[in-house]
Amino acid sequence: MRAPILEVRELLKQYPGVTAVNGISFSVPEGMCFGLLGPNGAGKTTTIEIMEGILTPTAGEVRYRGEPLGERFREAAGILFQATALQNFLTVRQSLAMFHGLYAHGRDIDELLKLCSLEALAERDNRKLSGGQLQRLLLAIALVNDPAVLFLDEPTTGLDPQARRNFWALVESIKAQRKTIILTTHYMEEAELLCDEVAIVDRGRIIAQGAPRALLREHFAAVLLELPRADFPDGARQLPLQRIDADDRVEITTDDLDATLRTLIDAEVPLKNLRIRPANLEDLFLELTGRELRA
Amino acid sequence: MMRRLLSVWHARNLEFIRDRGTLVFTLLLPLSIIVGMGFIFGGPPRPLFKVGVVGSAAAARADAFFHTRYVQFLAVPSAAAGLHEVRHQRIDLLLEPGAPPRYWVNTDSPKGYITEKLLLAADPHALRLPVSGKAVPYLDWLFPGILGMNVMFSCLFGVGYVVLRYRQSGFLKRLHATPLSAFEFLSAQVLSRLTIILIVTTGLYLVIATMIHFHSAGSIALLLLITVLGALSMIALGLTVAARFASEELVNGLLNLLTWPMMLLSGVWFSLAGSPKWVQWAADALPLTQFLHAAREVMLYGAGIGAVAPNLIYLALVTLVFLGFGAWSFKWRI
Repeated sequence: MRAPILEVRELLKQYPGVTAVNGISFSVPEGMCFGLLGPNGAGKTTTIEIMEGILTPTAGEVRYRGEPLGERFREAAGILFQATALQNFLTVRQSLAMFHGLYAHGRDIDELLKLCSLEALAERDNRKLSGGQLQRLLLAIALVNDPAVLFLDEPTTGLDPQARRNFWALVESIKAQRKTIILTTHYMEEAELLCDEVAIVDRGRIIAQGAPRALLREHFAAVLLELPRADFPDGARQLPLQRIDADDRVEITTDDLDATLRTLIDAEVPLKNLRIRPANLEDLFLELTGRELRA
Repeated sequence: MMRRLLSVWHARNLEFIRDRGTLVFTLLLPLSIIVGMGFIFGGPPRPLFKVGVVGSAAAARADAFFHTRYVQFLAVPSAAAGLHEVRHQRIDLLLEPGAPPRYWVNTDSPKGYITEKLLLAADPHALRLPVSGKAVPYLDWLFPGILGMNVMFSCLFGVGYVVLRYRQSGFLKRLHATPLSAFEFLSAQVLSRLTIILIVTTGLYLVIATMIHFHSAGSIALLLLITVLGALSMIALGLTVAARFASEELVNGLLNLLTWPMMLLSGVWFSLAGSPKWVQWAADALPLTQFLHAAREVMLYGAGIGAVAPNLIYLALVTLVFLGFGAWSFKWRI
């Protein structure tokens, strides 16, 4: 077991009438990509902002390399918020240089421009960047101090599929440098692709934690069958199947696909719209909470 | 079309009414201007002439001249100090009670001429001591006021709005995640604005002074020091306003509430010398008043650092107090 670089202990954050985070604890070993998943309002952004030192918890603490968050942590943390505006009238290079000047040590700006595919945009006004280009600049800013821990709070929200995939490739290249990454996302594909370990948060608590594949193995059979709710007659509800009812569909998990299909055919369930796929983290969330992940 | 228009009209009205700060300032600002102007320019008719009296004016109250209507009698500490005022036509006549009384009158001053006639009508034996000296032209008097007003607007709105925009856009939150402290951030804002102000004000000074053929009577270095302290006090004031709030309209209202009284009371356009005492005390509390007083003393009358030291100390204290309060109450995020 690697030594934890970050430890979150019994975190509690209360606002008047609301408990946003309710006793969350976990630790993140160095070099791991750790994902916090959950629907909007689950408490994941509050948790990550406490971990970043931006918010003060009502109770509990976060420790970086065994110490409370302080100057050493601020020098070692790189952060990409959900939404950040930059100073007007500054070019990409000037924006990077401004943040570079805030840290005692940092990466070479040209190297960052190359890493984040911003070389051709270095002299462009940052207001004239596309969504994907701006997000790459914000990632470059988050890397400007060569951080030991990189926080990415829903980094690809609002990006088109191509820009999202480009961004994932970038994060994977950063992961390859053995950086510790804390990622919040509601894109399950993103979490499955990037995260070594995930914690699913709902109503301010962690409801499941582990490696994505291990969690799926633990909670699901090998295969998942999906049918529109309208195609699933009430009489079929009595069948001996592992069934999950979602809003518009019925999901059935099984280790024996042939036997399950035979059961459905025998019960005269129409299979014209049947989809067969492996279970994913969204299914896991549905299984655990009975609620769908909401964007 | 009407339905869509009414829908947006209704929503915007709700937005405005529910923004209590803006609503209050929208009502308070015009009211406060009317009330303030009423106090400054209302009341009984103003004296037409000013006579300086060496020593205590009350000591010579029995003399007939002191009962002349529409003449204001001001005590001056010494004949030398009073002479300075007569030469610059800031008073119309200087009187030293005695037997016979002595008086100094500026032969270049039309109001001095009339005041002398009034004195001699009351006391024909008064001893005449003529002096000469030009009054400061209004344009020269206005010049420091215009520069000061520019500094005030640039500092208050320039700094206040920028910090507000940074907070609204989340840029401050991003900076908060770096090793940058609130003190460092605020200091950088102060220094940046100060640099800009000094360059702009120097440029304006050179251009306007050339245009109106103005030459400062006092030290340019001292004038620079006064400008630095004056600008710092305004920047600190702007930062204090922007330290916490996230509503653009509220900050706008607060900045207007600060700038309008200074525009009217600090002597940008006209002197408040004849206004009620409490108005002058209120005006003296405003940093722009101290800034303009010191600047005019140096630019128009050649005052040295000793004469303007109280103004400089006041500006420095205001800067420290507002900067301290701004740093203490500063919020990185909405």
